[in-house]
Amino acid sequence: MTDSKYFTTTKKGEIFELKAELNSDKKEKKKEAVKKVIASMTVGKDVSALFPDVVNCMQTDNLELKKLVYLYLMNYAKSQPDMAIMAVNTFVKDCEDPNPLIRALAVRTMGCIRVDKITEYLCEPLRKCLKDEDPYVRKTAAVCVAKLHDINAQLVEDQGFLDTLKDLISDSNPMVVANAVAALSEIAESHPSSNLLDLNPQSINKLLTALNECTEWGQIFILDCLANYMPKDDREAQSICERVTPRLSHANSAVVLSAVKVLMKFMEMLSKDLDYYGTLLKKLAPPLVTLLSAEPELQYVALRNINLIVQKRPEILKHEMKVFFVKYNDPIYVKLEKLDIMIRLASQANIAQVLAELKEYATEVDVDFVRKAVRAIGRCAIKVEQSAERCVSTLLDLIQTKVNYVVQEAIVVIKDIFRKYPNKYESVIATLCENLDSLDEPEARAAMIWIVGEYAERIDNADELLESFLEGFHDESTQVQLQLLTAIVKLFLKKPTETQGLVQQGDSDNPDLRDRGYIYWRLLSTDPVAAKELICYIGTLASVYHKPPSAFVEGSRGVVHKSLPPRTGSWVSLAGPVGSAGAPQHLVAFPCHLLGALRNLDLGPPVSGPPIATSSVQMGAVDLLGGGLDSLV
Amino acid sequence: SVVSRSVCDYFFEAQERASEAENVPPVIPTPHHYLLSVYRHKIFFVAVIQSEVPPLFVIEFLHRVVDTFQDYFGVCSEVMIKDNVVVVYEVLEEMLDNGFPLATESNILKELIKPPTILRTVVNTITGSTNVGDQLPTGQLSVVPWRRTGVKYTNNEAYFDVIEEIDAIIDKSGSTITAEIQGVIDACVKLTGMPDLTLSFMNPRLLDDVSFHPCVRFKRWESERILSFIPPDGNFRLLSYHVSAQNLVAIPVYIKHNISFRDSSSLGRFEITVGPKQTMGKTVEGVMVTSQMPKSVLNMTLTPSQGTHIFDPVTKLLSWDVGKINPQKLPSLKGSVSLQAGTSKPDENPTINLQFKIQQLAISGLKVNRLDMYGEKYKPFKGIKYMTKAGKFQVRT
Repeated sequence: MTDSKYFTTTKKGEIFELKAELNSDKKEKKKEAVKKVIASMTVGKDVSALFPDVVNCMQTDNLELKKLVYLYLMNYAKSQPDMAIMAVNTFVKDCEDPNPLIRALAVRTMGCIRVDKITEYLCEPLRKCLKDEDPYVRKTAAVCVAKLHDINAQLVEDQGFLDTLKDLISDSNPMVVANAVAALSEIAESHPSSNLLDLNPQSINKLLTALNECTEWGQIFILDCLANYMPKDDREAQSICERVTPRLSHANSAVVLSAVKVLMKFMEMLSKDLDYYGTLLKKLAPPLVTLLSAEPELQYVALRNINLIVQKRPEILKHEMKVFFVKYNDPIYVKLEKLDIMIRLASQANIAQVLAELKEYATEVDVDFVRKAVRAIGRCAIKVEQSAERCVSTLLDLIQTKVNYVVQEAIVVIKDIFRKYPNKYESVIATLCENLDSLDEPEARAAMIWIVGEYAERIDNADELLESFLEGFHDESTQVQLQLLTAIVKLFLKKPTETQGLVQQGDSDNPDLRDRGYIYWRLLSTDPVAAKELICYIGTLASVYHKPPSAFVEGSRGVVHKSLPPRTGSWVSLAGPVGSAGAPQHLVAFPCHLLGALRNLDLGPPVSGPPIATSSVQMGAVDLLGGGLDSLV
Repeated sequence: SVVSRSVCDYFFEAQERASEAENVPPVIPTPHHYLLSVYRHKIFFVAVIQSEVPPLFVIEFLHRVVDTFQDYFGVCSEVMIKDNVVVVYEVLEEMLDNGFPLATESNILKELIKPPTILRTVVNTITGSTNVGDQLPTGQLSVVPWRRTGVKYTNNEAYFDVIEEIDAIIDKSGSTITAEIQGVIDACVKLTGMPDLTLSFMNPRLLDDVSFHPCVRFKRWESERILSFIPPDGNFRLLSYHVSAQNLVAIPVYIKHNISFRDSSSLGRFEITVGPKQTMGKTVEGVMVTSQMPKSVLNMTLTPSQGTHIFDPVTKLLSWDVGKINPQKLPSLKGSVSLQAGTSKPDENPTINLQFKIQQLAISGLKVNRLDMYGEKYKPFKGIKYMTKAGKFQVRT
């Protein structure tokens, strides 16, 4: 005797059979037939042909049957607008029913039928329902105004429904207030300029009162609405905060996060010297931590938002590092978020713990996560200077594991550490060189080549190493080719005598690569000393990590392109005394552009850019809190 | 208007990309909609979002839907949903209108739509009556929306379960990296009329991070640290609390382990022993050890001193159902591990997952002082139970 039987009738002539059953005299048979129709609808079968027969069942005193018919109507009215009109009379009649459940059901269903002709008939019943004596009907009607507005905004304005809706904010029933706020917020969202939610101290007071009494969902609407209010001074801000704070102890995590949003926003207005400011700050941490013990999906959204909060006010969670430690059976999306927050919270005080954790993660099974963990170690080194040495030795330990992707990832981050702290950790270069053969990913190869070029004078066989890379030059990715080019230039400048023989001829279809090779060639062939000076700057690129690449690369290439005479053919000839007319005066004019070009080249393609990207969300962070999807995607 | 079901295709794609069902991202953007989902009882529940909304709002709601199904049908499974599709529809209709949640309290819902029972189904079939209530629920709009009026019992009773779960990460050497307690007080209250209850604790200071059921009067808690409330009828969660990693959390069990995958030969050694640590004299029971072995492990030949164990060579999951820990004779599991020939030693160390239960103990030390009832004349029967169990309890090796 279960409903699954409704799914099983799939034979031919099914529609015909259903039609007969729908028109049966027996109530029970009718109801069974409607249930079958609904089941078919659920699995995506087209049962629109039964429209008139189903609508015929609408006039009934059986509430269950009525609900099912309404459900069908919502689904198919749009495709059968003329037929849908048949239902109007029953709707209008139901809106006058003595039972508030039926009145509410009718007005609610009418609002879901997006057929113009029906909408016209909806206005009068809706007006009545908005003023109904029963709050259950009023709160349903409030939502209906939002639905109607979505179908026909002009109509809603002309009929004066918006004003009625605003009046409902002062309703005696908190549920009605909550739904009115929700409806108004939704309408305001599609009309940003309408100034519908005209918030003033009086209406705010009403909302705060309703906040204590309405359901959890209503509380979310009210809190989100409060967040848009601009208190006139710090005293008002504080008094709102005081009334919102109890929401932090709510069992519904969405209520908690919406409350956090309001508090974070209004805190801006409070003076930091205020005792209350400190109290409030302390109150924010526990509820955020609690969100992390919820279901993984809730955790994920909470973590995304905590990430923003940590960027804005790291002090709130600075002692809570441990709750972000990864459990091995956390879903991957939770793991990655936790990792990111761990780095943001890393400081000299907790770095030892963090590193021990990250090292642990680097031996996990999930490749993606392991890579991120290794990268995280590099980010820690760059973020917390005092920890750099420890990070480097952790990375060396990981390289010793010989796990291929761990080694490659480690080399990439070690390169970043070298750039941030030049001439400090070269002792590890030997270990890195031992792993040269295992590198098969472009990013890792490029990183290794950079290291060899940069520290060529300390690596005895630097020329041999680079030569081995050169052998497969054409098969390398552009990233590696560019890096190799720069490395060879550096090598030549540092050890001109030994590398005289390292001459490479090459063609490339990549204009970027060709042009750069060409610049180097010009530079070197005319004035090796000047070039050497330029190269010297490269070592001090630490500042790179605090600025996006666009801040210093822009424009340089274009200028160079124009100034050099067009030339095709082979481009690299490092050691040869190739003269070229006209070069000197051009070059004198461009040192800074060249430097830019060199820096750019040095960085590799933008994708591999600075690991500490300046946070893309800064001041805007608070607006996104719990504010929704923006903060996630 | 009605969103085409083809929007689900984006979800199915994401599902295919994910290595495991648990890893499907809960928020998926598509060109015109967002798909928010939760995964429970091996079923995905997906909400299609058309405009900016707080995602937690949606996810919380989806979880509430699942809770409601479970409450109505006992279990929440695909079969159950199909078997009760009409009730499912009716319930969803009551829970949500145009994206606005309506009634999500199970007390209220059950008055609107009666849960199916075998008896009721039979009666409905014979008499033609329905499971849809035709009266507006009395509680819905009252000051105590969570409680219906006119509740009557012959036996008046109120039970409270204090249940604590320990989440912990223990490192190789046995020291605690992080440990925290998630506690809840679940209540089953069957009291006539409009009882007004107060519950006080011996040590309320432990509860500095609490989430309450809406029935709890927050002001009273703030000023007196007493829980004062008019309870919903039936089962509900009165509060949940969190004892953070910053407090000292007692760890009730330890694991001694010796796991080595030898490099050259293809045989490794495996030995673990479970023992009680800080149990306040109570018995640790329902102990279950699971561990995900590295891929290169072919098989394990193990002998337990008690309980039963299984190693699944396909999923590489080792599970050992230990049962009770007898402190005089600690349970152990020993034997050898055979590795795939020719592969190098596994890089990853298996993490051991531990489950256990301790009756009559709240590991945080939380103790209820007394429960009083006002507003009604009869004498109710009162009971309080404590239990501690493992949440995500992991030992690294």
